[in-house]
Amino acid sequence: MSVQDYIRERFFPHIWCPGCGHGTVLNNLVRAVETLGLDKNEIVMVSGIGCSSRIAGYLDFHTLHTLHGRALAFATGVKLSRPELNVIVPMGDGDALAIGGNHFIHAARRNINITAIVMNNRIYGMTGGQFSPLSGEATTATTAPFGTIDPDFDTVALATAAGASYVARTTTYHVQEIRKRIAEAIVHPGFAVVEVMSQCPTYFGRKNKQGDAVEMLRRYKEGTVPLDKQPADPEKIPRGVFVQRERPEYCKRYEHLVQAAMTDGAALT
Amino acid sequence: MKPKHPTVICINTDWCKGCGICAAFCPKQVLVMNQRDKAEVVAAENCIACKQCEQRCPDLAIQVIKSPAKEEKEAS
Repeated sequence: MSVQDYIRERFFPHIWCPGCGHGTVLNNLVRAVETLGLDKNEIVMVSGIGCSSRIAGYLDFHTLHTLHGRALAFATGVKLSRPELNVIVPMGDGDALAIGGNHFIHAARRNINITAIVMNNRIYGMTGGQFSPLSGEATTATTAPFGTIDPDFDTVALATAAGASYVARTTTYHVQEIRKRIAEAIVHPGFAVVEVMSQCPTYFGRKNKQGDAVEMLRRYKEGTVPLDKQPADPEKIPRGVFVQRERPEYCKRYEHLVQAAMTDGAALT
Repeated sequence: MKPKHPTVICINTDWCKGCGICAAFCPKQVLVMNQRDKAEVVAAENCIACKQCEQRCPDLAIQVIKSPAKEEKEAS
């Protein structure tokens, strides 16, 4: 099957700005699904609100476009009622870690078998370029004309500490990595977080004098380093698989509980 | 020497938004941005079918179709 078989062509060209990294994530998410040979009917995409969350509408899977930040809460419901389906939740940085911060850490704590893709462009693009909890200190945004004083979250450290059993980071420059990491995350039996650093040339790039999309991609190429080579380059942002561990999965534990309760119930009557 | 069956690069100009990522990262300078700010193939014979443009395109506007000879060589 080609990429075109997985998308809803009637909604194209998409609404994202020229050079938006979210399109590249969409492109390689489809390729990851194609690599795994999954049927379109086996996948549920649950998204919240924001530029990144539009991704669900463009894909020809089962899709659910929900409330801002609450995508993981809806996804938990979908997964618990139909555990055999692959649930993928694409989120923006604000959607995942500001508005949906609580849902994010609790989904990780439960280790429910959901794939969370955090498309981190460090800005609220759809609403006009307000700074987000991932913008980081000294970045300029519409709401921070003199630079923000807020430190940023480290998505990888946060997800790891909260209990996610697969945590990876990559960028939109490293397209092969996006495909590989997303495929690994879908297959992983537990809560999987893939942070994809994605460029927003319209708001983040322009406000922070980072140039156009091409220039921003070059920054990802030069400013990041594979995890194993990071000790030699501590200034750069590491990418790769940070965590891959086994923890009891939530749906399985819930099923055991239901079965135990039914057995005990039968013994009582 | 030009190959007998060159790679075909299809560009969907209705979807292309002219960001220039494909042209900037093409290792063989096969693509350029034209006056209408759309990607255009200028040197198809140089294409090595690495598909970087196809995978990087945020608008899903590029499709690289390898020549049958190349496909066969890769399969074997």
